[in-house]
Amino acid sequence: MSEFLNDLGHYVFLQNALLTGILASVACGIIGTYVVVRRISYIADGIAHTVLGGMGAALYLNRVYHWHGLIPLHGALVAALVAAVIIGLVSLRAKQREDTAISALWAIGMAAGIIFISRTPGYNEDLMGYLFGNILMVSTGDLWMLAGLDVLIVVAGLMFYNQFLAVCFDQEFAGLRGLRVEVFYLFLLGLAALTVVLLSTVVGIVMVVAMLTLPIGIAALFCRSLWGMMVISTILCAIFTTSGLAVSYGPDYPAGATTIILAGAAYLGALSVKWAISRS
Amino acid sequence: MNVTSSPAIFVEDLWFSYGSNSILEDVNITIPQGDFVSIVGPNGGGKTTLLKLMLGLLKPSRGLARIFGETPEQARRRIGYMPQHSQLDPDFPATVMDVALMGRLGHGRIFGPYSKRDKEIVANVLEQVGLRNFRKKSFAAISGGQRQRLFIARALACEPDILLLDEPTANLDVVMEGDLYELLQTLNNRLTIVMVSHDLGFVSRIVKSVICVKRKVLMHPTSEVTGAIINEIYGSPMRMIRHNGERDCNCQNS
Repeated sequence: MSEFLNDLGHYVFLQNALLTGILASVACGIIGTYVVVRRISYIADGIAHTVLGGMGAALYLNRVYHWHGLIPLHGALVAALVAAVIIGLVSLRAKQREDTAISALWAIGMAAGIIFISRTPGYNEDLMGYLFGNILMVSTGDLWMLAGLDVLIVVAGLMFYNQFLAVCFDQEFAGLRGLRVEVFYLFLLGLAALTVVLLSTVVGIVMVVAMLTLPIGIAALFCRSLWGMMVISTILCAIFTTSGLAVSYGPDYPAGATTIILAGAAYLGALSVKWAISRS
Repeated sequence: MNVTSSPAIFVEDLWFSYGSNSILEDVNITIPQGDFVSIVGPNGGGKTTLLKLMLGLLKPSRGLARIFGETPEQARRRIGYMPQHSQLDPDFPATVMDVALMGRLGHGRIFGPYSKRDKEIVANVLEQVGLRNFRKKSFAAISGGQRQRLFIARALACEPDILLLDEPTANLDVVMEGDLYELLQTLNNRLTIVMVSHDLGFVSRIVKSVICVKRKVLMHPTSEVTGAIINEIYGSPMRMIRHNGERDCNCQNS
């Protein structure tokens, strides 16, 4: 731990990692709250895993057909937005088959990604990187991208707070009040997709899923309002990413996995506390 | 104004089915403004379906529904709707005020916070249903009866001319139910009220007309709802259909 604090002043990569964790927390806290209260974390997971297919395809086209303008991020963006629209429309129109559609996209997306990567010449160490990411290798460009995402999410979240709240709470009633609920729902899924993509290129898919659910799950146990949940989960998320980084740095553990274990332990701890309070 | 002289609800030659499964057949009803109507009938008879057709949430297979002479979509701003609360997430992180404010959506700006006027209107309707002191409480922390009143407040926050309520007395004990009907009776002085209910006993004391729904639909003034009619509604389907076919009662079937 002291090694971490000591090196933090000297190494830019460590400062970037810390900042990445905090920027990612803002996006995860806000979008994660909507995802959890609307009970669509499974949808976010599905989108996150479909992303691998897009990344693989982009990498393949880049290496084999020399489309040099195309980087894995572009493929991920297209795959995520397409997955968000498909899943969104399925869940709005055909409720009973929603889980099947999500599972299908999830599996097909990952499988396609693995096939593309296996056919891509060169050293493909990236696969593990896409799944678990490496917060210690974040560039300044990535940081700006995350900052941009945060601005978009905060502005949309503030402007349409009441509308998103109504759509998440009671879609039918919101529709009767003249709200374009399908548009808002797809917009929300689109923002979730964007969050998932940008964060998964930085911290990895599994970490995104963890950050979109665990801190929010803890906040949900104790919060009375939606905005309170957003603030608390953003703070918790920042605490987890920062402590994950600090704890893993000395013994050289994988930072992402350490963060997830810490957040998971805190979630289980919070559940036990809540359970104990409700019994007493 | 022509619109104000239209009946609150006018349903003509309306049929509805899910696929080949016929739910409502040949519905013709007229509900005048200021009426207090209860929709009764057995489970699965089509009560909620009829309400949703009036709201425009479902489209009839045939025929039409008009609210104050307009289509349900056009009239939405004049309708206050209370859904069956069992559909909603009881742990949702929102305060009583947050939920009631949803009734103000679609009245002003399309984004941004609610206006001061919106908040005044909502404070006022929460007062009417006796929830003013609970406005900062969490939705998850209030009782079933308070939730029912909150959903009525949310419907009233729309400043409606008609209230459509889906089983407002579900899960209430007798005392809470009495309070609720008292509230509805007061509201009926200025609003048309249509509610779905299973509870015929209470209904006959305060409502002015009863709509019986069991695939076919008949409307009676409450004074004519006798034991025989109740029996017919909840009895075997064959008898109900024969009853409709013979038109042997004074139905306001227009």
